[in-house]
Amino acid sequence: MMHFLLLFSRQGKLRLQKWFTPIPEREKKKIVRDMTTMVLGRKPRSCNFLHWKDLKIVYKKYASLYFCCGLDAEENELLALEVLHRYVELLDKYFGNVCELDIIFNFEKAYFILDEFLLGGEVQETSKQVVSRSIEASDMLQEVSERPCSR
Amino acid sequence: MSDVVEKTLSALPSLLSLDSQAGAGKLSPSSKLGNLIKGITELTSKHEEETLIKKELESIKEQVASPNTTMRQMKEIMVRAIYCEMLGYQASFSYIHAIKLAQQGSVLEKRVGYLAVSLFLNETDEFLLLLVNTVLKDLQSTNLIEVCMALTVVSQMFPKDMIPAILPVVEEKLTHPKEIIRRKAVLALYKFYLIAPNQVQHIHSKFRKALCDKDPGVMTASLHIYLQLIKENPESYKDLTGSMVTILRQVVGGKLPLDFNYHSVPAPWLQIQLLRILAYLGKEDQGTSEMMYDVLEESLRRAEMNHNITYAILFECVKTIYTVHPKSQLLEKAAECIGNFVLSPKINLKYLGLKALTYVVQQDANLALPHQMTIIECLDHSDVIIKRETLELLFRITNAQNVTVIVEKMLEFLRLTCDDYSTIDLVGKVAELAEKYSPDNVWFIQTMNSVFSLGGDVMQPDIPNNFLRLLAEGVDNVEDRQLRLFAVDSYVSLLQGETAKLPQRFLQVISWVLGEYSYLREEESDPGSVMRLLARLLDQRHTSTETRSWVLGAMTKLCSSPVSVALARDVCERYSGSLNTVLRQKAQELMILSQDTKLRARVLPAEGRLESPEVDSSLSFLDGYVSDALAAGAAPYKSPHQRQEDLVQEKALSLEPYGLSLPVSLSSCSITDRRSPTLLSMSSGLSGNSTELSHQEGSTTLKLEGVKRVWGKDGYLAQQQSAGETPTPLVELPSPLLSPQSPPSQKPSSGLEPDQEKRQLASSLFVGLGSHNSVCLMGRAETAPRHFRRKPRGESSSGASEGSSDSSHSSRSAAVDNLLHSNLLDSTTVASEGGAATTTTPQQTSQRTLDHTTSNGNPHVEGTEQRVEAGGPLSLIRGNGMVAVVPPTHTQTDPQTQQDLHPAPALERPRDLPLTSHLPAELSGLARSEFTPLCSDQDSSLALSACRVYKEDALVLLVFISNNNDSALHQMVLQLTCKELEISCISGSPLKEVKGHSVSVCLHTVVMKRASVQVELAGLLSYQRPLGQPQAAQFSLSLSLKHFLRPLTVSTGDYGKMWLSFSHDLKQNLRLVTTEHQEPLTATLDALKGKLHLHVVDIIGSEGIVACRLLQGPGQGQPCLLHCRVHADSLAVWLRSPVPELPDSLLYHCQKALTET
Repeated sequence: MMHFLLLFSRQGKLRLQKWFTPIPEREKKKIVRDMTTMVLGRKPRSCNFLHWKDLKIVYKKYASLYFCCGLDAEENELLALEVLHRYVELLDKYFGNVCELDIIFNFEKAYFILDEFLLGGEVQETSKQVVSRSIEASDMLQEVSERPCSR
Repeated sequence: MSDVVEKTLSALPSLLSLDSQAGAGKLSPSSKLGNLIKGITELTSKHEEETLIKKELESIKEQVASPNTTMRQMKEIMVRAIYCEMLGYQASFSYIHAIKLAQQGSVLEKRVGYLAVSLFLNETDEFLLLLVNTVLKDLQSTNLIEVCMALTVVSQMFPKDMIPAILPVVEEKLTHPKEIIRRKAVLALYKFYLIAPNQVQHIHSKFRKALCDKDPGVMTASLHIYLQLIKENPESYKDLTGSMVTILRQVVGGKLPLDFNYHSVPAPWLQIQLLRILAYLGKEDQGTSEMMYDVLEESLRRAEMNHNITYAILFECVKTIYTVHPKSQLLEKAAECIGNFVLSPKINLKYLGLKALTYVVQQDANLALPHQMTIIECLDHSDVIIKRETLELLFRITNAQNVTVIVEKMLEFLRLTCDDYSTIDLVGKVAELAEKYSPDNVWFIQTMNSVFSLGGDVMQPDIPNNFLRLLAEGVDNVEDRQLRLFAVDSYVSLLQGETAKLPQRFLQVISWVLGEYSYLREEESDPGSVMRLLARLLDQRHTSTETRSWVLGAMTKLCSSPVSVALARDVCERYSGSLNTVLRQKAQELMILSQDTKLRARVLPAEGRLESPEVDSSLSFLDGYVSDALAAGAAPYKSPHQRQEDLVQEKALSLEPYGLSLPVSLSSCSITDRRSPTLLSMSSGLSGNSTELSHQEGSTTLKLEGVKRVWGKDGYLAQQQSAGETPTPLVELPSPLLSPQSPPSQKPSSGLEPDQEKRQLASSLFVGLGSHNSVCLMGRAETAPRHFRRKPRGESSSGASEGSSDSSHSSRSAAVDNLLHSNLLDSTTVASEGGAATTTTPQQTSQRTLDHTTSNGNPHVEGTEQRVEAGGPLSLIRGNGMVAVVPPTHTQTDPQTQQDLHPAPALERPRDLPLTSHLPAELSGLARSEFTPLCSDQDSSLALSACRVYKEDALVLLVFISNNNDSALHQMVLQLTCKELEISCISGSPLKEVKGHSVSVCLHTVVMKRASVQVELAGLLSYQRPLGQPQAAQFSLSLSLKHFLRPLTVSTGDYGKMWLSFSHDLKQNLRLVTTEHQEPLTATLDALKGKLHLHVVDIIGSEGIVACRLLQGPGQGQPCLLHCRVHADSLAVWLRSPVPELPDSLLYHCQKALTET
């Protein structure tokens, strides 16, 4: 099971955080701090996996953004790497050529997409089409209800 | 695909310069959030950011409080609040508004409201209670999106206590026409299962329906639940194996819609999930494993593309193949696969390869051999993670021959690491290896010294504890004396040097050892030398108060000579005025004891320091005082929990009155309430005499820089490629590195070629792994010489309580041995005589008796040989808890016909043999379970089966070892382990051997340490055939709580008293059983009584009271009381017990028993 997913920039600025297990606020801050220092301190071309306490950390860098998640020790690291990749693909499909700014300014959308993809720390739906269809359905609703308001 | 992403994302820095519109295409530039974000990006200092956010939060606070804010504005505000929280600023005032937004907003505002709730709150947050109604309403909404949102939030976080409120509605959704709803409902139930398993157990049948859902997405979701269920209890789901195999075959064969493909690999997540499930199902189960061999092979074959995802599948597949019952052909392929991982130039794959190796060497250490050169390269890899994983692998293949090299490598790593977590982990491993495989005393002490100085104050406290116990527990033979002496010597020399860098824990260990064993140093040096060293330590500034009290304790033991007494007086003067009370007390003790030699001799006798004081944990010596006080009118003691409860009862109206009015007497509470103060015995943690170290929080890690490294960078780099391609076979030269006198840390002489060095390292690392070596395949269990294996605790304490000095003790035990021995001899003759008297054919019997005596070698036979019935088995009860039985002969006299009657025992399954006849006579009258086959080896020459006998005071577990081969089994050792159970072999030491074509029975009594629904018992039988290698058979057996339940016969009056005194309770509604002849209540209670061995105390009208006890530890066991009342068409049950876990676990079994009826 995935315990958390963090997105942060090269400067260590948090862009998105999702916690799948109940963790006290102080501990969260410590994890974010540890993750950013650990991951940012890694040399290029080194292993994408790390140990942190009893968790496995899997991270990957996409352009200036780091995607980093913490897993149970018995989980499959390579698979987690592909989970991260699928999430990036989903973001890309939704935003169309996603960039860090899309995520900064529309982070709630990024959360919505994540909620359709992962649920409770497990992969909920792996099909790209299905995920984007359900996001679209919710968004459609948004536009319909936004229109009368904006008038 | 990924390339596209990379490209677009890499264009980002230029966009970050932020011209007014850049990148924010989907966001109106005038929006407040946009302004906030832009504002923040333009800031330069952390301080400026803080002021800005503070201002922002102020304005948010104002807005949310204003009654004029519309929900639409609230949504926008909430997004800003989320942003502030992400930056690390608390916006707790907005939480309640997030809930309000989810409650009152329109669909799209609700969406943001729910998102904010899921980001802000934790499962434990009380705010969540306010959300329950909203969720319930949305779940019942006709709008699909609303239902989806509610299900999403429910599967992310939901208060445990509130699950029953929404459970029926979520259950309903399992039959919803839309697959997305069904899928989310399944995941919500999975979440419920994780946080409150007992609440969803009644819907297991619905999970099965989800598994058979026509939509693959729903089916995939249901596998999460099944993985969990099967992991916990594989036995109950064996019937699913076929379906899982079929599903996997379809997936691998590409039968799923293309939608599910990921980079043209069919549904990899689903495949991996299935492989994991198969691993759990096939573990230690040959029959089930055989069903999956084909599909596993197909998975291996199909996953051939060169993409990460296929490697992920391959890795999982290899793991499954090595977990299920082995099939050599598959194992070969899997091993080949691991080779590809390990040799891969991709670092991620290499890592996984090492991980896979670490996993598989536990089954077969030889698998590491082909990769030794790669492993050695990885040891020096530039990436710490790879190094760390390599050490993990080495840890698994350690044996007595390579321990020095491997431990040296681990210490080397430890000296360079600064991460507390891996320090703790590695230090523990080094200590474990040192204890298990240490070649000699010097090495052991030196290694432990490194452990203590590197592990410092972060290591697990049991490492120093175990070490001290090990030193203290040895008998006083020469070897132990040497070990202690060497420890003392090495510590003296350490103290003579610089002590500032030694961790406090180490100093404490040092002072204890010096205090206890300094007398072993021949008084060659002046007697006060150790004392002076300790005094110096005492004065140093960095020494902590706790350490000082240890030092003072040690000094108290040492102050025998006049020089020491003078020194002690000095110290006392300084510390008797200390502000710290412990130090002051210690100083006073030292003062008095140093002056009064007689008193000292009595308090701290030189011999007999091993004796642990007897502690009366029940405090029975206070009974008189307590009864006097009670008689004088004092109130009986109540546990804090109970006091709390009384308080609550006073305050609130009891809504559920207890039906039976029962007299309460005060005296009944005095016994049951008393908490056993076992902790008291440990409270002397600070005293220097005790080996218990109190746990210390302070963490000061030691970093020792400038460490020698065995390999120069050049050597490693030069050899990287060639060695990777050609794994060199094991070089068999006995390495000089192995000899303890020249530890491998010494730099290899420069004359050696790097390649040669590496090979040498390889040969020293992998020594003892080759096939020529008789390594036990089940692991390192039996290979070690185990100098330092700890003695069982009981042994030493019993020795101590006898109060005899060591020499007299040993002589006495020798006498006992003699006595036993002669007794045994006597009984053998009796036995053979008895056998001769009762058998019909003297010829046959004499032959048999001869068999026994010869095969046993030593006539370790006790008891009488007896015939249970005519034609029954001839059994021989041995002194070691074994019953050796020759198969029943029926009426045949001719050995030849006997052979015919049991033709080719190899073909017979163990359950076909009349095992009933092998039951020991004393157990034959008791209730018992069916015989369950545990395991059998490939050619069925050995079969194990088990049977439970329900004795009044314990569960007796019988393990039948059927040897169906001609040759006898020797050196048999049967080990049963389970941390939740207390297992003791009846009457002493384990068995030795089983003859050809006979059955042996091993008896164990089992009781629970802690109530739990179900426990797994792991067993390991190691044995040896004549002329064969040592072999081992593993098995597991699951025992459920109900096996440990016994009726508790009490009167209604006693029941009432007990009821009031128990503090842990639980209420739940159960299903009523309805039959034609009986009242529903009686029928239900009868069903419970029959299935769970409960005792029905009384039935009055629509209420019934039931009692049982759980076998736990010696004696009567722990009671649990049930109060049942018929309420509408269900049974309201209220359970109470003094044990916290018992009601919950018992309730689980009650539910199960009633659903099965």
